Amino acid sequence: MADPFLPVVGQPVPAAGGTSLEDIAEEVVRFPGGGIAMLRSDTLFHWAQKSSMWPLTFGLACCAIEMMATFAGRFDLDRFGMFLRPTPRQSDVMIIAGTVTIKMAPRIRTLYDQMPHPKWVISMGSCANSGDHYRNVYSVVPGVDHVIPVDIYVAGCPPTPEALMEGIFALQKKIMEGDRAGA
Amino acid sequence: MSGGPIEVVERDFGELALNMGPQHPSTHGVLRLILHLSGETVIKAIPVIGYLHRGVEKLSEHLAYDQLAPVYERDDYLAPTANSNAYVLAVEKLGGIAVPRRAQWLRAFVSEWQRVSSHLVWLGTLGLDLGGALGGGTTLYMYCFREREKILDFLEELTGTRYHTNYNLVGGARYDLDAAMVAKSNALAASVGAALPEFWSMSGGNPIFQERTRNVGVISKDLAMGVGVTGPTLRASGINYDVRKAAPYDAYGELPFEVITRTAGDAEARFQVRMDEIAVSLKLVRTIVEGLPTGPIFARKPLKNPKATKLPKGEVYAAVESPRGELGFHIVSDGSAKPYRLKINAPSFKNLQIVPHILPGGLVADVVAILGSLDPVLGDVDR
Amino acid sequence: MPAPEIVAAMETRFSATPFALGVEIPAAELLTALRALRDTHGYRYYVLGTGTEAAAAFEVTHAVRNLESNDTLFVKVSVPKDAAEVDSIAFVYAGAEWQEREIWDLIGVTFKAHPDLRRILMPDEYPGHPLRKSFAMDTPWGYRPATAAAVEAES
Repeated sequence: MADPFLPVVGQPVPAAGGTSLEDIAEEVVRFPGGGIAMLRSDTLFHWAQKSSMWPLTFGLACCAIEMMATFAGRFDLDRFGMFLRPTPRQSDVMIIAGTVTIKMAPRIRTLYDQMPHPKWVISMGSCANSGDHYRNVYSVVPGVDHVIPVDIYVAGCPPTPEALMEGIFALQKKIMEGDRAGA
Repeated sequence: MSGGPIEVVERDFGELALNMGPQHPSTHGVLRLILHLSGETVIKAIPVIGYLHRGVEKLSEHLAYDQLAPVYERDDYLAPTANSNAYVLAVEKLGGIAVPRRAQWLRAFVSEWQRVSSHLVWLGTLGLDLGGALGGGTTLYMYCFREREKILDFLEELTGTRYHTNYNLVGGARYDLDAAMVAKSNALAASVGAALPEFWSMSGGNPIFQERTRNVGVISKDLAMGVGVTGPTLRASGINYDVRKAAPYDAYGELPFEVITRTAGDAEARFQVRMDEIAVSLKLVRTIVEGLPTGPIFARKPLKNPKATKLPKGEVYAAVESPRGELGFHIVSDGSAKPYRLKINAPSFKNLQIVPHILPGGLVADVVAILGSLDPVLGDVDR
Repeated sequence: MPAPEIVAAMETRFSATPFALGVEIPAAELLTALRALRDTHGYRYYVLGTGTEAAAAFEVTHAVRNLESNDTLFVKVSVPKDAAEVDSIAFVYAGAEWQEREIWDLIGVTFKAHPDLRRILMPDEYPGHPLRKSFAMDTPWGYRPATAAAVEAES
């Protein structure tokens, strides 16, 4: 019996451009048992990097709950290769979800420095983008870009899971184009 | 391997200070615990908080009373309307502002749905904590969030947004229910209630879960009263105190419901109290829509300048029962349009104080079980 | 509304003045009054502790509750601003320990004989007490930059 509350399968999520080999390689010849593809090496590396971004579990405040909902069953980020890692040494993207306070800022810097290259940062939510309505408060850093370089800013308070996913797709596009904020 | 008997050499490495947090996979937020360990046993536990201190109390002194209700929704971010509900109750009490009955019943309605949603997040993250993110715990987490998504869909249809809904106004509520939404709410309550037995069997009925939570983190009655723990943590130690019954607000004076208590005071008791509270809340949302009074939901005169509402000089304290316990607002007013001093009585702040008392003597594995059973929300602790 | 007989008892024993939420007592009587409330009158549940900077003094308020009679009593003391010191009740109610640390951290009132008086919400090295009226809301510190207006004013 159909559960009336399951999401109706309407428009499928548009696949970010460049998910199949034909999209990114200059020349592909397939024969039984394999094939030959000709492509630039950094295109290949970027394709691999964007298809398996491993985020660091780094929720600070309310945006963390929406991030958890994005990783849960309905919006499922595992199908995009994103796989939460608890340690910065094994992750390549850091999603700052929540308000950055002056007590937490040095720890964020430490965690960012502990991540190996290549690494990216998504600033999720108004608090991480600019401090939101806490901008003028004595204990808040108005935006995480005062602490670490940011690649993508996702707006919202909190951003809906769809918005966070759009931000992740924008980061994937940015990775394919070879642009990166933090060297 | 051949040879003689194995010689066991025990060496005492003394006390190890282990830092847990503020970034750690147990998703309770930015809490830092400094654990002093002897082997696996915890000798001392020092919580360090303040990593999410956003100065809401000082911010309140700079904003007008009508502007402030949405600010507090970010404090206890698992049940946002509970915070703003307590705030508007305090303002209405001090200002003598009457609230229409329908608005009171609608506030209770949204509060109870948020209680279910908050307990589902608690249960899901408890599954992650005790079962492991790569192990079986993720199943419970996925199932709980699936049910929660249905509730958030309903809230989105009611208010326009899933999460911080800005539902409570000083003097009433913002969005109204019609017959179609009432039918949806009843269907949703049935659907979530149908999933509960499965959650029970996955958690409370699981022998490993029982082993990890029985007799773990026992809070005695005297300790609970002296420290001032609230909510399910207090009721699991045998003290029958629920703000909805002790100091009724909104519609709770007229609604029949039972207060769940247990006597064991351990993590399993706290788990059972919260699970039963989900069932009580699902029943309550049905009772509320059956008896919903008619009328307006906001009865104040149209506000020409919302920033100009002045409250008389004085002090007031009003509290609600949030999913974590007694959430109260103590407002000191000097007769102007902004609060002079506003203090939030945060339930998670008080519940977290019990950590240095009950963690010692347990194992490191019990730390995670105890924190999960206390259900702290760091936005509420640090404000 | 606090119970009238308790308010009357506090008035006679500790020269208290009632106010809307409870009683105000002299600072020297705080420990004895709260011990009496806990042991004699059954107010064993600790609700909250808060501090306010009034015009001429600092006010420290503790709220305690009697769960049997369901009565909440707020006990307020005033201390002068130049001698902002009051007794700690952390050994009477265990829950006061963190609340008093928060009052010390944010308002700056010292608590005598507190077991562990240090900052709780602000960083340990933070100067100043943020909830004082003289404290500017957007004070820069650490990664928090100075506002553009302040930098303009300085240069």
